[in-house]
Amino acid sequence: MTTTPTETRGGEILIKPITITTKRSSEDKAFRGLAKAAGLGTFVILFLIGLFLFIQAVPAFKSQGIGFLTNTGWHTTGKNPHFGVLSALTGSIIISIIALIVAIPVSIACALFINEYAPTRLLGIFPLKNFLTASVDLMAAVPSIIYGMWGFFVLQPHMTGLEVWLSDYLGFIPFFKNKTGIYTSSFLICGTVVGIMCMPIITSLCREVFSLTPDGEREGAMSLGASRARVIRDVVFPFSKGGMLGSIMLGLGRALGEAIAVAIIISLAFPVNTHVLQAGGNSIAALIALQWGSGGPLGTSALLAAGLVLFAITLAINMIASRIVNASKMAGR
Amino acid sequence: MTELLNNDALSEEADKLAPEDGATRASMPPPPSVRRIRPREFRPSDVALLLLSALSAFSIVWILFTQLTLMNGPLGFVVIWIPLFLGMYWLVNRQLFTRQVAIDRLIGSIVTMGAILMMLPLVLLTIFVFQRGLKQLSWKALTSTQEGVVYAGAGSHGNAIGGVAHALVGTLEQVALAAIIGIPAAVLTAVFINEVGGRFTKSIRVIVTAMSGTPAIVAGVFIYSIWVLRFSYSGFAGALALAIILLPTVTRGTEEVLKVVHNDLREASIALAAPEWRTVWSVVLPTARSGLITSILLGIAVSIGETAPLIMTIFGNQVMNANPFSNPQMALSLLAYKQIKLPIQSQIDLGYTSALVLFILVFAVFILARLLGGNWKRRGGSRRSMLSAVRWTPASSMDPTSQEISNTKEGAVDV
Repeated sequence: MTTTPTETRGGEILIKPITITTKRSSEDKAFRGLAKAAGLGTFVILFLIGLFLFIQAVPAFKSQGIGFLTNTGWHTTGKNPHFGVLSALTGSIIISIIALIVAIPVSIACALFINEYAPTRLLGIFPLKNFLTASVDLMAAVPSIIYGMWGFFVLQPHMTGLEVWLSDYLGFIPFFKNKTGIYTSSFLICGTVVGIMCMPIITSLCREVFSLTPDGEREGAMSLGASRARVIRDVVFPFSKGGMLGSIMLGLGRALGEAIAVAIIISLAFPVNTHVLQAGGNSIAALIALQWGSGGPLGTSALLAAGLVLFAITLAINMIASRIVNASKMAGR
Repeated sequence: MTELLNNDALSEEADKLAPEDGATRASMPPPPSVRRIRPREFRPSDVALLLLSALSAFSIVWILFTQLTLMNGPLGFVVIWIPLFLGMYWLVNRQLFTRQVAIDRLIGSIVTMGAILMMLPLVLLTIFVFQRGLKQLSWKALTSTQEGVVYAGAGSHGNAIGGVAHALVGTLEQVALAAIIGIPAAVLTAVFINEVGGRFTKSIRVIVTAMSGTPAIVAGVFIYSIWVLRFSYSGFAGALALAIILLPTVTRGTEEVLKVVHNDLREASIALAAPEWRTVWSVVLPTARSGLITSILLGIAVSIGETAPLIMTIFGNQVMNANPFSNPQMALSLLAYKQIKLPIQSQIDLGYTSALVLFILVFAVFILARLLGGNWKRRGGSRRSMLSAVRWTPASSMDPTSQEISNTKEGAVDV
């Protein structure tokens, strides 16, 4: 029999807790190893993506050197190949900025509505909250090809009117100038469609962040006579600043990487274009989708190099964003 | 409104405190009957107020548009109508109630409009896809391929349109293969993050979130450089790319689900001397089953619709190729992408058909996911979004006592 390890101090008997240690069985070791392998597998995949894209991109980098980041043309065949991703990079950024301008207000408003205003059951029957949450998820699952087709065939004809109006009355702002007189296939239309595609992800992340606001503070504000608008302004927003920023950055990452919807709408043009109402533009992801299979071996290498640039940018943005979101979640708990 | 309430409550309080002070009380008018105003209250008169503000703003814009300036376009109309309505609604509430009420209702209507704007594209997309695709959808379109289809002149409508059978078979095979590859890896990763743990848990969670934001087209070019260059274009290469897209989505969803499993169950299993793998396999995963199925199906729904990575992995073809391991295959999304770029209307129509079939497929999987995950609810009573990237359900909120507490709390706020 084992004796309970005891210790007396001042006439009081203190019982020390016993720590029981058992050896892990070999099955458990195998299980842990397998799970760990799967976990580390994600690291490995990300590493391999970077590595293999780099290996394949070497010919393109060798051919152009640093010019790959500063050139604007895309001539990958012939004796003097000359190509670079500058216009694609600026195009991606412009599209993403427009997308965020479209997506942020709607997403945050919708997240607030679901979280703060929507009744769980509308008129006592209709489960409004669940319905909205499910619809937002469905929107995220709708294929990008369908967004692209809709943007091209339905939204574009409706948006050219707005574009003409903008360039007529706000043409003095450099961005709104249109020298060509053609308003279709512009950055603004692409950006709007991509923005609509970003809305579900930003909404659902923001909604989660908002729902983490501590009940105590919320109730405290309400018992002091704050209306819901005041609760949002003075309690919900301060608590979820970081999380909102992170969600928006994750949306930005998605906008930068959208290929198909942009590829359907944009008409590829290689000079750097900052006029958002004008036809013709470029974006990295759309460039890869549209130029695939043309331009010979060097062309393929150049596209893989462009893919590497896109991968690096989105990975950096997403890493920062997911850190911010994780941190704010932990703080909110 | 709360200020009003407070004043009334105070005067009532004063009544109770000083009942013997009859002389002064008698000379004052009787206190108005106190009506409790609750934050979520929206009475018929408020609805009337809302509708009337909207109607009067509409009328003003209508007069402005049709009678005075001859402007046109529904977009311009709405753009002027909405701010006018908001301003009017604010002003009316400001006059009838207090500044606080007015601002609260203004914000409320703006936020509601946000939700409507959010739903609008979904509704329009659905209408668009069905309107354009439904008329060509037939048994023939579903069972024939594009084999032998001649790109005749723009005038010749009719016979040689082809069907989507090869693309449908391709999509189903690729997604099935991607699921076979991706789902075990995803579930194991989630098990590692949530059940096994270790030094890397935190960074793997960050990596998985970051990976879920990796552009789909990057997955495509990666598989091209690692697989297609060595072997050839094939359905399997597409499946590999889809697996990379599926992996982080399913991992995050599964992780969320595993977190909801009660810790008591794990402890009970360990107390019965079950090994760790047995605890996970026989206790944790079965408990989380419905949520698990939901997150897996949602991952599949997302990967069905991917187009970009398929361009450089499956390449696309026009004839039936049921073998995913050799030669190019077709997929519904890729078919739609290729067809709508063609100049002939009958070929564009085939693209619409393909998009409609794709949409129905995604929708069916999505509905299935929702139905199977039906009894898996979060504490607020509403279903949790599966896009959630980060942990947030504290294990304590799931044990019955604290659940009760949080319910009563919510009851207090929600009224």
